[in-house]
Amino acid sequence: MRSAGSAKRFRSFLVNGVLAIIVFLWLVPVVGLLVSSFRQRFDIVTTPWWSVFPHRDWVPTKTINPRELGLDPSGLMTVEGITATFKELRAGIEEGNTRLIWIGTRPIGKIEVQERQWVTTANLSVDNYRQVVLGRSVLIENADGTVETVRGDDFSGALINSLTVAIPATVIPILIAAFAAYGFAWMRFSGRGVLFAIVVALLVVPLQIALVPVLRDFAALNLNGTLLGIWLAHTGFGLPLAIFLLYGYIRSIPREILESAFIDGASHFTVFTRLVLPLSVPALAAFAIFQFLWVWNDYLVALVILGPDPNTRVVTMKLAGMVGTYGQDWHLLTAGAFMSMAIPLLVFFSLQRYFVRGLMAGSVKG
Amino acid sequence: MATPAQTADGKPRPAGKALALVLKVGLALLVSLVVFLVLYQGFLFLREGNAPKGVMAILAILWGVGGVAVLYTLFNWLVEQLPREWTERLQPYVFVGPALVLLIWLMLLPVVRTSYISLFGRNGPPDLPLAMLFTNPGAFVAGLSAEFVGLGNFVAVFTDRLMLSALRNNFLFWIGIATPLTVATGLLIAVLADRSSFERVAKSLIFMPMAISFVGASVIWNFIYEVNAPDAPQIGLLNAVVVALGGQPHGWTNYTAIAPWNNLFLVIIVLWLQVGFAMVLFSAAIKGIPDELLEAARMDGATEVQVFFRIMIPYILGTIITVTTTIIIFTLKIFDVVWVMTGGQYGTDVIATQFYRQSFINRNAGYSAAIAIVLLIAVIPVMIYNLRQQKEQEAFR
Repeated sequence: MRSAGSAKRFRSFLVNGVLAIIVFLWLVPVVGLLVSSFRQRFDIVTTPWWSVFPHRDWVPTKTINPRELGLDPSGLMTVEGITATFKELRAGIEEGNTRLIWIGTRPIGKIEVQERQWVTTANLSVDNYRQVVLGRSVLIENADGTVETVRGDDFSGALINSLTVAIPATVIPILIAAFAAYGFAWMRFSGRGVLFAIVVALLVVPLQIALVPVLRDFAALNLNGTLLGIWLAHTGFGLPLAIFLLYGYIRSIPREILESAFIDGASHFTVFTRLVLPLSVPALAAFAIFQFLWVWNDYLVALVILGPDPNTRVVTMKLAGMVGTYGQDWHLLTAGAFMSMAIPLLVFFSLQRYFVRGLMAGSVKG
Repeated sequence: MATPAQTADGKPRPAGKALALVLKVGLALLVSLVVFLVLYQGFLFLREGNAPKGVMAILAILWGVGGVAVLYTLFNWLVEQLPREWTERLQPYVFVGPALVLLIWLMLLPVVRTSYISLFGRNGPPDLPLAMLFTNPGAFVAGLSAEFVGLGNFVAVFTDRLMLSALRNNFLFWIGIATPLTVATGLLIAVLADRSSFERVAKSLIFMPMAISFVGASVIWNFIYEVNAPDAPQIGLLNAVVVALGGQPHGWTNYTAIAPWNNLFLVIIVLWLQVGFAMVLFSAAIKGIPDELLEAARMDGATEVQVFFRIMIPYILGTIITVTTTIIIFTLKIFDVVWVMTGGQYGTDVIATQFYRQSFINRNAGYSAAIAIVLLIAVIPVMIYNLRQQKEQEAFR
């Protein structure tokens, strides 16, 4: 009995341990990004981000000028009771908690006496965010105290653009799909079966196939680069899933509820707006979160429909553009990436339960 | 035509009825006209106006969302003005019509049009006026056939070296490796989480990357793969670990010496993003397994491994199929990660990046259409499966 108990405890320890390691691995990339986004431009490229956590490192306590002591770098040198060649000193000689190391070149370098100490290089500020978010020129104080004027990246403008694209591109398809789903579920008309089969078939059609013809039509209608254009595109591409999801939900509303309303003389429109829409809020919310995250995180459709106009750039395009122009300017890239993630993460964590429900129902999306 | 209420008020005069009808039609036209005019003015204002960005954004949202709501109300009102039998006949189309129009315009017709374009050369089918077909059919056919290449683009898709490498990446790395890895990891985490003491937190954190854009994830992982000169401190996590273990730092995604296996470093990113999706679905499915079933097996002396393979896996097979097909379709269309991380260089091209390059950079209409059609053909089996499932469900209704 006792051995069974300890085996059980061991198993639970193993399960929790392995899961904790996986969760840790999953979290590290985001933590690294978040920490880095608060670090100084110079720190971020010279020391790894995990050096902000306390760690043991060599800290110089004394600097010795070898020429003052009359030491000859080409031969053996005796410093602080240690005799070594230049090469050995260059590599560093450790003795207990101290280290001797040659800094610089052979003719003009110096010898440092270092001690192992607990240090952190945490030197965090929101400067990166100020530079990324603001549109006008931004004053940034450098590590050496000098003040520099830099051009901001206007991420706030891109955030507004993304909201302007994402909110209607979420609400419009929901409205259109809810009407259609009600029609398919509770109205009789010829062609209903075939038309719904088309909706199901379109669930998995890759949107790449639609891009070129849609772009041609939009060009003819002067819709390229406009908000209306991208709303229409996202509505069209999101509709199959929206109709499919809402149809499943609206169809499952008990028939008696609707019939009693019809007997009272309500029209389809009244039943839909007064009865079905309020009853479907969970399904509407699930799809809304799904579509909002999809539109917010979309890059391809924005790239193709909105084009290169800097005034209409959404956050994903802005960020991709920063990757192209900055490449290695990690202080700006990390701050920008985190800005782009802030709103979807907020939506995600506050409405997670609805989101999960939406995923379960909509796991056939193409 | 006339309802009892109308005939009841004394003498039904034809002239009065006609007048009422004219008024009704006039009113309907007027209201429609006003609504369309207001919406169109709003559109023009949004396109050309230059109010501050925040104000424009709010106006745009109000105009877009409000416009759709107003249009539905308008059309429904118009239909309800009609005689009853016509209302009943037409109202369903008011409800499903707008959705169908958009779907046909933006999804269904493009499939046909892209198929048609894929049969022509780099400029696509020539822009000939349709009237020409009747006035001068010979020139019309000649004009078309000058650009017609038949299945030439498809031959090119399956022979071009770059395209072959893209197909290999999609099928070997993305469908062959990324998909089973995502499914297996998701299943493992779901099973572990089910027995752990911090299930909610663990699931929530592993699921979190689903909310992150591919572009954002690319920045995160670019930073992890960042490489410095071998003697400088490595600021990229992976290279820091590699160097600490005595290895050489590399750029990993552009490490062509190990090509095509550098694709695996892109696969890792998508794994990180998508495992949460698989896990959530598996987790729900596992919770749906009746406890008695598991207990009975354990009482009979089945080990945990046996319980997993003999009971859990068969029980959640449906979910496994759904998750697998969803991820296959997703990986088939993979674009953003590759485009932002490598731009398709270093042998990491995939079908969708090739499509984008041919379509919007090389401007080769026919060839890019053929690539899109290949993508479509690849998803057809899933489409048929979905249609069958749907038919079965309707049958049970």
